Amino acid sequence: MSVAIDINHALKKYGKNVIIPDLNLKIEDGEFFTLLGPSGCGKTTLLRMIAGFNSIEGGEFYFDDNIINELDPSKRNIGMVFQNYAIFPHLTVRANVEFGLNNRDFNKKEIGPMADKFLKLMQIFEYRDRMPENLSGGQQQRVALARALVITPDVLLMDEPLSNLDAKLRLEMRQAIRDIQKEVGITTVYVTHDQEEAMAISDRIAVMELGEIQQIGTPQAIYHRPVNEFVASFIGRTNFITADCDKDEVDVLGHKVRVKDLDYKGKVKVSIRPEEFMLTDDTNTIKAIIKDTIFLGLNTHFFMELPNKQIVEIIKESMIDSKIETGKTVYLTINVDKVNVYTEDGTNNLVIAHEN
Amino acid sequence: MKIKKSKVNLWSSTTLSLLILYTIFLIIPLIMLLSESFIDRDTGQFTLDNFQRFFGKKYYYSTLFNSFKVTVLVTAIAVALGTTLAYFFARFEIKGAKTLRILVILSSMSAPFVGAYSWILLLGRNGVVTKFFEGLFGIQMPDIYGFKGILLVLSLQLYPLIFLYVSGAFSNVDNSLLEASENLGCTGVKRFFKVIVPLIFPTVLAGALLVFMRCFSDFGTPMLIGEGYRTFPVTIYDAYMSELGGNNGFAASIAIIAIIVTLVIFLIQKHIANKNAFTMNSINKIRPVKIEGIQNSLIHIYAYLLIALSIAPQVYVIYTSFRNVNGTVFTSGYSLNSYVIAFSKMGNAIRNTLIIPLISLTFVLIFAVFIAYLVVRKRSKITAVIDTVSMVPYIVPGIVVGIALSNTFSRPPMVLTGSMTIMVIALIIRRLPYTIRSSVATLQQIPMSIEEASLSLGASNVKTFWKITIPMMSAGIISGAILSWITMISELASAILLYTGKTRTLTIEVYTQVLRGNYGVAAALASILAVLTTLSLVLFNKVNKGRDLSM
Ligand SMILES: Nc1ncnc2c1ncn2[C@@H]1O[C@H](COP(=O)(O)OP(=O)(O)OP(=O)(O)O)[C@@H](O)[C@H]1O
Ligand SMILES: [Mg+2]
Repeated sequence: MSVAIDINHALKKYGKNVIIPDLNLKIEDGEFFTLLGPSGCGKTTLLRMIAGFNSIEGGEFYFDDNIINELDPSKRNIGMVFQNYAIFPHLTVRANVEFGLNNRDFNKKEIGPMADKFLKLMQIFEYRDRMPENLSGGQQQRVALARALVITPDVLLMDEPLSNLDAKLRLEMRQAIRDIQKEVGITTVYVTHDQEEAMAISDRIAVMELGEIQQIGTPQAIYHRPVNEFVASFIGRTNFITADCDKDEVDVLGHKVRVKDLDYKGKVKVSIRPEEFMLTDDTNTIKAIIKDTIFLGLNTHFFMELPNKQIVEIIKESMIDSKIETGKTVYLTINVDKVNVYTEDGTNNLVIAHEN
Repeated sequence: MKIKKSKVNLWSSTTLSLLILYTIFLIIPLIMLLSESFIDRDTGQFTLDNFQRFFGKKYYYSTLFNSFKVTVLVTAIAVALGTTLAYFFARFEIKGAKTLRILVILSSMSAPFVGAYSWILLLGRNGVVTKFFEGLFGIQMPDIYGFKGILLVLSLQLYPLIFLYVSGAFSNVDNSLLEASENLGCTGVKRFFKVIVPLIFPTVLAGALLVFMRCFSDFGTPMLIGEGYRTFPVTIYDAYMSELGGNNGFAASIAIIAIIVTLVIFLIQKHIANKNAFTMNSINKIRPVKIEGIQNSLIHIYAYLLIALSIAPQVYVIYTSFRNVNGTVFTSGYSLNSYVIAFSKMGNAIRNTLIIPLISLTFVLIFAVFIAYLVVRKRSKITAVIDTVSMVPYIVPGIVVGIALSNTFSRPPMVLTGSMTIMVIALIIRRLPYTIRSSVATLQQIPMSIEEASLSLGASNVKTFWKITIPMMSAGIISGAILSWITMISELASAILLYTGKTRTLTIEVYTQVLRGNYGVAAALASILAVLTTLSLVLFNKVNKGRDLSM
């Protein structure tokens, strides 16, 4: 019984400080929605507004068609995983997990097995009778997760729920969250710093900065077609090269390429991700000198100096006998299908502008 | 949204009732006191005569300096002793730590004047120790009376408060902070001063203020052991007693001066505290570690010696309660005679000693929890007023509370003097600030998000309050209750002005018996008091399930 969340012109102030000036967002029923953004951009603030713990200075919040601005937090049927866990220190692990069930009309006999299921799922079953102070940070975090998931809420709000787990557990928990979410169809708003996690788990992602949403889209859209310079640089890595554009022809350091769906005249910024550069034998392209290489197993990263002295990063699949070494000169061309072209101030993606 | 409205009403009606109660039983009596001191009762004119009289005579104003000197020194000594002891207990394994801890608390439980009286028995002119040294070596022991005596008694009496406060603070210091500082190359004494002291500084400051207030307004100790060294509360008491029934103007004026002094100290402390405020929350508590060698021995010697000294007076009083007495002189041999006399005379005093504090404590706990919740979680202009008003009694010396209440409620429309009610009210007023503070402190340390988690899990506001907030506060509430209970049953300052034959308590009785020289009966009653406090401590320990008392 999940709900769609609709936020219209949300405004949040702390005293005189405007944290969220005017935010609009529609999260579909059953969707896994992730908020991504630099620290302090207002992710927790927005989440707490949805949960009902922060006052709302302006705008309307809807669950389906019901306005919830004034609804008591306990009546919203929300599961929340807090950034600082917020485990009840005076209750055992099991009592923590059962707490929410006891507030609902469950048969007393059902509560135990339901709690057990989630304790096991979160791999904390063996600690069920411990007090929270005797748990590690990651274990506490999983108690918080189990406690929020077990009540199968209408809306699940998670504030960096996996931040304290090791890589392996993180993957397992990520999968567990995803499975439960899909199985029950809970509308989920998820906050994370981890882009890979966001990509892997989300139906859609919203990239935020300074309390404003920069872009909302599927992981693919966000990665391949960032709407502006901020999103392009925040999601994944990219190289910006200033260039001249004439209609669909872009002059990147003397190397002229045609970009589909482009029609603009003037100075532009071309965003080329490290994997969008290609090595070539054609010397009529961009000349680059290899300054440094970093071997990362599957891939090798190269740092190359372009004729304008700019250093760019390029990724290639690692090879057994690499002929590209530091100091060598190579020639580069660009995967024109993938690159993005922005206005000089970085606010507009000229490729998308035309696509739409 | 109807539900929301009714909740607002619950809290606002609580706020209103609290304001009314405070007005009747605190604000009005204090205003009456103020008018008494500035308005001539016969002419109805504004007058400064009373204040001129006080500041015109060295006999009066010197007592202010005396009190200051004693108080500042006692506070410094208590902070030094209490902090180091708490640090040792928190950091190092000390043999019998549990028992020692209880002894420290016990030693602070008695009324200070019992300590004074016992030290006189030990070190006074006819004291056992004095006589012993004189007889054996012909050494003239230094005089225990006056300034030195007050200093000794009150320091030993009050450092346990610092110890309790600071121990509580240590349980909130996360061990990882110590490890982090060690990791950054800061250990031992350096770490103590660079990391630990700043962390516990706000608590020490709060404890120091408490000691200051207690010491400044203590009345029994200087009365017994001060002899020529007169302090401020003694002056107030004398003035009040000599004016009894007539014009209370002079006593009221001195009381006002006392309030001004404590107010200034309070504001200074608050100013410093505000600059140093922060909150701590520990997941991993500091665990005491075992150490070896000379350091270990020194720490043990320090702890045992200090605690032995502080518990000595009580032990000695209990010992003397079994000795034979002839009039005011102890004779050889042991018996239960003192107890027989004590019980035959003091039956109702024992009952009063239980009932009055128990009723008061109940009210104090209820008020404190509600006020703390309002102040911390329902911040508004009105709750800020309650916060401020609730702290007023903190700075009003007990004897002044006594004067203000008996002044106000000895005449219509509300006559309460001589009743048990007025004793209860006095105790509530006196002890509420402490319990409020400890509850507020506890509540502030509970992150809001824990209550929010409960709400998000579907628990109502009320259920969250009872199931989450109160249990998490309980450690703080209980320790506050212990401190309150302890001080309630040994309350002398306000009670001495309010009691009648029907409402006298053990503490008052001990005091009057000591003054009359009935040392046997006094010792027996003091011992009963000690047993009573010990029992309540054991009980609280049980309730608290062996958790750290000082939390
Ligand atoms: N109670 C508060 N009072 C005043 N300002 C606040 C308060 N809570 C948050 N802020 C401010 O609001 C802004 C957004 O904070 P928020 O906690 O939402 O950031 P966040 O995106 O969750 O960051 P992080 O990723 O570091 O958790 C920050 O600048 C923060 O300083
Ligand atoms: Mg956050």
